[in-house]
Amino acid sequence: MMQWIRFVVGALFILAGLTVSCMAVFGTYRFKFVLNRMHAAAMNDTLAILFVILGLILMNGFNFTSLKLFFIICFFWMASPVASHLLARLEVTIDEEQVRRECEVDDDVDL
Amino acid sequence: MKLRENYENTKWGRFVRFVNGGEMAEDNFRLTGEQLLDAGLKPSQKGQEAQHVDLYHKKRERSKQDHSHMMEQYENWSKTKGLKIFGSIYRIISMCICLLVILVLLLTVANMPKFGAADAPANSNEVAGRYIEKGQEETGAVNIVTGMILDYRAFDTLGESHVLFIAACTVLILLRIDHRKDGSLVHAELAVEEDDRKLEPKNDKILQKAAFFLVPVILIFGIYVILNGHISPGGGFSGGAIIGAGLILYLNAFGFQKTERFFTYRTFSVVSLCSLLFYSGAKCYSFFCGANHLESGIPLGNAGDIISSGLILPLNICVGCVVACTMYSFYAIFRKGGI
Repeated sequence: MMQWIRFVVGALFILAGLTVSCMAVFGTYRFKFVLNRMHAAAMNDTLAILFVILGLILMNGFNFTSLKLFFIICFFWMASPVASHLLARLEVTIDEEQVRRECEVDDDVDL
Repeated sequence: MKLRENYENTKWGRFVRFVNGGEMAEDNFRLTGEQLLDAGLKPSQKGQEAQHVDLYHKKRERSKQDHSHMMEQYENWSKTKGLKIFGSIYRIISMCICLLVILVLLLTVANMPKFGAADAPANSNEVAGRYIEKGQEETGAVNIVTGMILDYRAFDTLGESHVLFIAACTVLILLRIDHRKDGSLVHAELAVEEDDRKLEPKNDKILQKAAFFLVPVILIFGIYVILNGHISPGGGFSGGAIIGAGLILYLNAFGFQKTERFFTYRTFSVVSLCSLLFYSGAKCYSFFCGANHLESGIPLGNAGDIISSGLILPLNICVGCVVACTMYSFYAIFRKGGI
């Protein structure tokens, strides 16, 4: 019984992760503006990965492998936002006008 | 003359003109008397040579016009009608090829033996069977893959590490910015490029904080993967790639001044050369003394220990060093034109 509950909850987590992932892919291709696309892609690296790996941990039980999976989550949650930040930084550097226009930044604010 | 005009207007004539860039192949330089008469000249007239040249220029002019007209038509064709026709044909053909490839792949999959079937070609292969049955006993490595690539097929891996080293050397030859002995540049115009390449990004606090936590973890994980290459999945190539990625992250966060304290051109050459020389030497030794029924004198140790399985661990470390150095030096060369 316990095993079944664990399996169902894990599968639900993985399905949620896949849904988020699909939405992220859709957004990555459909959004027009760079920062929107970057945001959609970052969803894939953080939320989708979190859901999928949590589901795997639940299905696997708590042992050394789950600890490794947990470290993967930690790594992604540290690395992916930084990568997105650098991408956004680059976009501001090379096309500041568009960023100001799209994000409605006032002229007196320093980017 | 009539014949000639007819000829020029036939399809073949137009084709020849097209091939020759809009002019007829023959008689461009030597004009016959007939043609001169055509142009209202008499061959015996004075200044024949000058007229000759004049006529020649005229003809060149006309052919140039022809040429540009043809090119214009050609470009327009591709923009309007041609594009449409080409597009539809392209779509149909690409669909057909796609479906064909899918069909072939599906048929191949359907004809393959069942996964893990005993009579599958991969399982009845004597070599693979020996790797699986006697691999651990003969090489001392729990991880069969590492035992295979660093013991049975170590010669292949030696070539791979040399390929990496040669690739790094080639990139260095192509992209390095040369300096004279006193530090000045060989070509003055390279100064701008060097300045451009040395341009460091702004000190990014977020990246620096993240790198502060991540770089040690990445480096230790890479070392773990290399040292456990013969026990768990991993090995020199993957571990070296992880270490190289960690070094690149460190470089990006803190700049060249920090990395040049421990990684210079000298470090690169010394580490790569020592690793490759040790690898070559060790493999030469085991090619001479390490075959079956010959005693190599290197103990295999307990399978599963870190220090075991003979030469595999040192070779893994060598490969890891070469891969890490190559990755880092690639990045550094592309960034600033030198390590």
